[in-house]
Amino acid sequence: MSATEKRADPSEPAAERRDAIRHLARATLAELSAAWEAIADKPEVAPVRGPETGLVMVRGRIGGGGDPFNLGEATVTRATVRLSGGEIGHGQLLGTDKERARYAAIFDALFQSPAHRPAVKALQRQIAARLLAEERRKAEETAATRVDFFTMVRGED
Amino acid sequence: MTAQSQIYAGGFADPEFEAQSVFRTLMDCFARPGRIGRLTALATPPSPLGMASGAVALTLCDHDTPVWLSSALVKSAAPNWIAFHTGAPVIELKDEARFAFVERDGAVPGFDQFALGTAEYPDRSTTLVVEVDALTGGRPFIGRGPGIKDEVVIAPKGLPDLFLDLWAANRALFPRGIDLVLTAEESVLCLPRTTRLSIKG
Amino acid sequence: MYVAVKGGETAIQNAHRLLADRRRGDRSLPAITIEQVVEQLGLAVDRVMAEASLYDRSLAALAVRQARGDMIEAIFILRAYRTTLPRFGSSEPIDTAGMKIERRISATYKDLPGGQLLGPTFDYTHRLLDPSLIGDGAVAEPARKEPGEAVMRVSDILDSDGLIEGDGTMPEGNVPGDLTREPMEFPMPRDLRLQALARGDEGFLLALAYSTQRGYGRTHPFVGEIRIGEVEVELDLPELGFAVSLGVIRVTECQMINQFKGSANEPPQFTRGYGLVFGQSERKAMSMSLVDRALRTEEFGEDIVAPAQDQEFVISHADNVQATGFVEHLKLPHYVDFQAELDLVRRMRRDYEAARDGEGDMKEAAE
Repeated sequence: MSATEKRADPSEPAAERRDAIRHLARATLAELSAAWEAIADKPEVAPVRGPETGLVMVRGRIGGGGDPFNLGEATVTRATVRLSGGEIGHGQLLGTDKERARYAAIFDALFQSPAHRPAVKALQRQIAARLLAEERRKAEETAATRVDFFTMVRGED
Repeated sequence: MTAQSQIYAGGFADPEFEAQSVFRTLMDCFARPGRIGRLTALATPPSPLGMASGAVALTLCDHDTPVWLSSALVKSAAPNWIAFHTGAPVIELKDEARFAFVERDGAVPGFDQFALGTAEYPDRSTTLVVEVDALTGGRPFIGRGPGIKDEVVIAPKGLPDLFLDLWAANRALFPRGIDLVLTAEESVLCLPRTTRLSIKG
Repeated sequence: MYVAVKGGETAIQNAHRLLADRRRGDRSLPAITIEQVVEQLGLAVDRVMAEASLYDRSLAALAVRQARGDMIEAIFILRAYRTTLPRFGSSEPIDTAGMKIERRISATYKDLPGGQLLGPTFDYTHRLLDPSLIGDGAVAEPARKEPGEAVMRVSDILDSDGLIEGDGTMPEGNVPGDLTREPMEFPMPRDLRLQALARGDEGFLLALAYSTQRGYGRTHPFVGEIRIGEVEVELDLPELGFAVSLGVIRVTECQMINQFKGSANEPPQFTRGYGLVFGQSERKAMSMSLVDRALRTEEFGEDIVAPAQDQEFVISHADNVQATGFVEHLKLPHYVDFQAELDLVRRMRRDYEAARDGEGDMKEAAE
């Protein structure tokens, strides 16, 4: 088995990679560039495709749970890179930020390199923590606007 | 080359400009049927898809154009290469394809098996891209019709024997029918359905 | 007589320069930034995204600024920009049940699981102009409270009784139609109609929705649920063999519940209208759901008696870019057409005068 084939191990749980990609798509440019700077032995990165901006047609479901319909398009920017070790990484995210897409591709490729995966996972944890905090805050702000019907009960006593 | 690197390599290095130049050449060659156009931008697709055919795919195929491939091409890395570089869906039904590719020496299906368009929308048809041995040096045909001043000699080498019959049958369907791009090495020769072909002499 | 018409290039250049100047306005004032438009005029940005049919907050904000606040002009600019980008693919259908809720209300059930979450609504403001917004006073942080139980879909509650029709289905093997790829043909299936309504002009749909309530195709509607929040957008990648997340977008969803008395084939039940729009666009989502239901009259054996029920009328005129294109084209030189009209009217006038004079002569002769 060549070195390239060994790295592109198909038995790797797709779920973990999928999860990493989900976080990378939400990463800020600051988070990505800082994480990249922090890597001591940076591999060489060669572009395979992009970064390029295009459209994805977003689909909804009729009634919310029925058959799909085309709702409207969203800008999406994507990139594919190859690392010096042969790993191919794909980055794709909403919006027009080519740098973020390129970094996302680099980290997706790094995820597949056993030596670099810990760095990617550390970045993932950082992004996840930030997202969790933001979601938590928004949920609490929304919860404060919940109508509490029971406080309207008038007591006779 | 591993299967994976075959998929990702070989696209246009400078997609916007290279696709534009290939498009321009194809447009000129469809406008002047029989003219041989040399592509200045080429692709390196996985064999047996040829360089000029690959360049045509990168230029014209996209998410909205289903692609049919000959059986030899389907078995190669070509479907994944086309999917990655163009986003085009590779399909099995010939009559739903917008583009069809046949490799050099491959069997060319009867044209009427492909999408032929409708009376209202004759353009909803398949464009066949067939690689031949060479664009000159074969049995000469006379081409007449729009874009051809008087007549032009077309002599590709490696066409199927029944080619003239297939073409005549295609002509009979006008304005429906298919259009043809012949490729060889780095060049193309285009035959829109408006061109009439006959044997020379 | 032909009048040579040439664009005045200099005039046009100067007009553009004048436009840029008026757009910038008083130079002593700071220029509006795109970030400010995104943050502080977010609902304008949402409308432009929805009707341009392109989700990108920064680009929509740029369009709003470029159009000097003319919304349809901004929508036009963003819709045009759309045509310059290649299509990568279609997303997996978004899961509004899994939405990160920012607002969720129901007019049909008071105390439903998850509760009535008002969110950042205008509904209870008194619509009094607020002078405190003239300056740049400090704005307090929002209140916070521990989140409660999960939010349940209203249509799921009704469904358990079997009294409400299910979510919309299309014929087996249907590939969702795409208005951006196919010419419009009528009758139009529901999936294409929803795509058209989602990008339709808010004012037009609001008026049509209002008309259904005033009796032009009455359907006794109730808001089953409105929800606003972020949903994940996923794209299948053939290279990986699975779908990956691209990030999140905000959408507004409205489930409108309407009464249906039943027909030969269907029992009495609640029928539904559906609205789904980019961004926080409640009025639009509600209007869309009312018009969606109105356009389904034939499914229920109801007669088409009102404009809101007429597919061809509603869908053909809903797109404000198309509408303004044709209306505004009247400004283009029609000099030759008009000369021809002028000649015709002159001739018709002469004939009219001659006929009238002829009658006069006959009258005199008769006397």
